[in-house]
Amino acid sequence: MIFSSTLPNSNDGYVAAAYIVFFAIVLIYVAIMAVRLGRVEQRVRELGSRARKADEQPQSEQERETV
Amino acid sequence: MPRPTLRTLSVLTVLAFCVYLPLVFFYAPIEAEEGFVQKIFYLHVPLAIVSLCGFVLGGLFAIAHLRTRESKWDLRSYVAIHMSLIFGIGVLVTGSIWAHASWGHWWVWSEPTLVSFLIVMLLYATYQPLRFAIEDPERQARYASVFAIVAGAFVPMNFLAVRLSTSYLHPRVLGSTSNLPAPMGYTFLVSLLAMVLLFATLCMYELAAKRTRILLKSRSRILGYQ
Repeated sequence: MIFSSTLPNSNDGYVAAAYIVFFAIVLIYVAIMAVRLGRVEQRVRELGSRARKADEQPQSEQERETV
Repeated sequence: MPRPTLRTLSVLTVLAFCVYLPLVFFYAPIEAEEGFVQKIFYLHVPLAIVSLCGFVLGGLFAIAHLRTRESKWDLRSYVAIHMSLIFGIGVLVTGSIWAHASWGHWWVWSEPTLVSFLIVMLLYATYQPLRFAIEDPERQARYASVFAIVAGAFVPMNFLAVRLSTSYLHPRVLGSTSNLPAPMGYTFLVSLLAMVLLFATLCMYELAAKRTRILLKSRSRILGYQ
């Protein structure tokens, strides 16, 4: 059998390691998602500013024409 | 409405974890043979169950995609499999830690449960390369669905084959061989519920993010901002 005299004396560290690994995996996943969300937000801001510029441009052109 | 659902699920998950962790460390009795290291059971086993069910769920969503041809089912199938892979990594790592603490080895090749789970993981590891190797979105979704159905059917068959095998070095949890005392059983059920909620929350989170990105891309294309 595999389990015999190789059993460690204190196993508390293993339990801590298992739970830390699990929470680290979840944390890494959430961090990656947060970075991606940040990129999406930046893109939305870019699109917003471009749309605003596009709205302003025809108005100023119109003003030039009328003047 | 995805937002309130995601928020409600997130709150429920946090609450479930607030109950689950104290139950594991302060309520569930310490097992006589393995001692404190048996606490890994409340993490490893629910993770494995949720991960395998997630793979099957991905297959069921893929069936819905092939039947309806609606892209939302393909997206759900992809997210379920992706999340199951992440949970599966957790299963392999926590399982190895538990194996080393209990058996003195990080991995036991003669144990069918471990090897079969690794085979399932390796099978699903090919899902994303296969998916993203195809450029045409229609074909990509169709091929990915076929893969998800075949692999999803393989998961329960694999589970049954392992159950019917003769080696029982790996502890059995579900079925007639289960003889957990009541406090351990309750703790296990709460831990399973917490993992299911975490899986659902992360899936919803990723689905919302993916939908937003798809919407943003299509709007950018419409407005001519590539």
